[in-house]
Amino acid sequence: MNSVFVICEIEEGKVADVSLELLTKGRSLASTLQCKLEALVLGHQLNGIEKEIFPYGADVVHIGDDARLAPYTTLPHAAVVNALFREEKPQIGLLGATTMGRDLGPRVSSALVSGLTADCTALEIGDHEDKKAGKIYKNLLYQIRPAFGGNIVATIINPDCRPQMATVREGVMKKEIFSATHKGTVKKIDVDKLLKPEDLVVKVLERHMEKSRVNIKNSSIIVAGGYGMGSKENFQVLYDLAEVLGAEVGASRAAVDAGYADHDRQVGQTGVTVRPKLYIACGISGQIQHTAGMEESAMVIAINNDPMAPINRMADYVITGDVMEVVPKMIKYYKKNSK
Amino acid sequence: MGLKIIVLAKQVPDTRNVGKDAMKADGTVNRAALAAIFNPEDLNALEQALRLKDKYKDSTVTLLTMGPGRAADIIREGLFRGADNGFLLTDRAFAGSDTLATSYALACAIRKIGDYDLIIAGRQAIDGDTAQVGPQVAEKLHLPQVTYAEEVLKAEKGKITIKRRLERGVETVEAPLPSVITVNSSAAPCRPRAAKLLMKYKHALTISERHAKAEDYIDLSADRPYLNIQEWSVNDVEADAKWLGLSGSPTKVKSIENVVFQAKEAKVLTPSDADVEGLVKELMANHTIG
Repeated sequence: MNSVFVICEIEEGKVADVSLELLTKGRSLASTLQCKLEALVLGHQLNGIEKEIFPYGADVVHIGDDARLAPYTTLPHAAVVNALFREEKPQIGLLGATTMGRDLGPRVSSALVSGLTADCTALEIGDHEDKKAGKIYKNLLYQIRPAFGGNIVATIINPDCRPQMATVREGVMKKEIFSATHKGTVKKIDVDKLLKPEDLVVKVLERHMEKSRVNIKNSSIIVAGGYGMGSKENFQVLYDLAEVLGAEVGASRAAVDAGYADHDRQVGQTGVTVRPKLYIACGISGQIQHTAGMEESAMVIAINNDPMAPINRMADYVITGDVMEVVPKMIKYYKKNSK
Repeated sequence: MGLKIIVLAKQVPDTRNVGKDAMKADGTVNRAALAAIFNPEDLNALEQALRLKDKYKDSTVTLLTMGPGRAADIIREGLFRGADNGFLLTDRAFAGSDTLATSYALACAIRKIGDYDLIIAGRQAIDGDTAQVGPQVAEKLHLPQVTYAEEVLKAEKGKITIKRRLERGVETVEAPLPSVITVNSSAAPCRPRAAKLLMKYKHALTISERHAKAEDYIDLSADRPYLNIQEWSVNDVEADAKWLGLSGSPTKVKSIENVVFQAKEAKVLTPSDADVEGLVKELMANHTIG
């Protein structure tokens, strides 16, 4: 049985969270399919990296360690992945929906003529009957994602092409240790054999890897604004509330597109997925594209002029009214009662 | 030395305004039911191309789009903003193409255009949000790719320097020409239409559009070749139909679901001082805040 592969990403010398999340998902897919889970790590100075990966259930870790693989550029990574996938013929290949995964994934899928689904929010195993061809496909990867601006959720399959490839954003899957003592095999890749001079034509001249200033993912309270905030200036009340609550400010895609907030604050399908204990949605209508990124919040307060806004249906508290009136009151009464 | 730049652009349904009737039973989109717009990030891409044209004398910007006949609208839109010409790839055989089949068709058309130094596209289209077509085209053409570009800094001596916007910072890369670049929405917005260009190109039409005109329509395109938007079919770009449309698409839509939020009992409050204070106190009491 062909394996499930996870292409791991290295961030500051460590395996990125999104890769560990995918390994966790990959482990459960591999168990369902009764096949192996294999990880692929490419980079430089990766000594001992497998120790970070085995506890997540990988049976094999392929390591390509070469100075030409760090920092990441498309062509050398694609050359190694293509060669390995042609050899190993995985049935499933998963990548993080990061700038790296979304750069590498389509390059590989184009070279291997395999299907790729971006930004999946769920991955499941299931069968498919092609009635026209009278064919039944067993154990396909259902790649589930919002599409069409988030107004629908589509289940995508790749019946005939392998590997079935998918990218998943950070925070969408849960990261869980499979077994702290789990051990597998390490396979070294002979990178030198695979790289050609034409793979090295793109050069990184300069890079500052600043830590993201905004980290809404790790915030237990999020005050989020939508297009209904009306302006960048009005967003200020959200920063004020976030400050007194020790929260971070998030935003819907519409608010980001309108320039009210920076992209790194975007919550939703094309932003980050958050699971805070409290999510205060201000002037957010509640398009699927947004709620896909916050529906697992423990508690939701919706503040909106529109009593019929879809967000209200998933809220624990609905305040029908003007954000610019309600939020300053929340600040005022929080301060009053916290003394 | 001028640069020959191809901009890949897509006409997309305005997914911000989707009605109930926008989906067909087979899981594909009934685009006819929606307003069609120039994909936002493709406008960012066009602006980068136009800036290079401003900077390097004798450069040209050619738009390439694939879609139904009415996608000629976005070629005109590009001409109004400063592009020099455009190609519309249109054929029933393209219908139902996923990103891979689309990239194959575009790569065939780019080979047909033949003479180019640089290909620039938007990072992703708002109807699919996949960001796959740019890299897939690059692979099909065996060209290097630079994704998530925010600014093309320079294109000199056969090399291009690009600033990329990544999750946690920025990166400056150098790539050889030709390469495929995909541009983020964080890049500069596209310049508006120029009145002069609007006058010049408002009668730019594809041959199908010209045929659809009334008999008394005065066709000026023979004297003014710039009014001709080239229309290409599968045969024109020498594409193999088996790599196109549904048959050329590894991914299939198994099912589509319109998600309805689970109805949940919510406490409905007013903006009154009493209600807001009550809520804040309740949240503080159960340690949700504070």
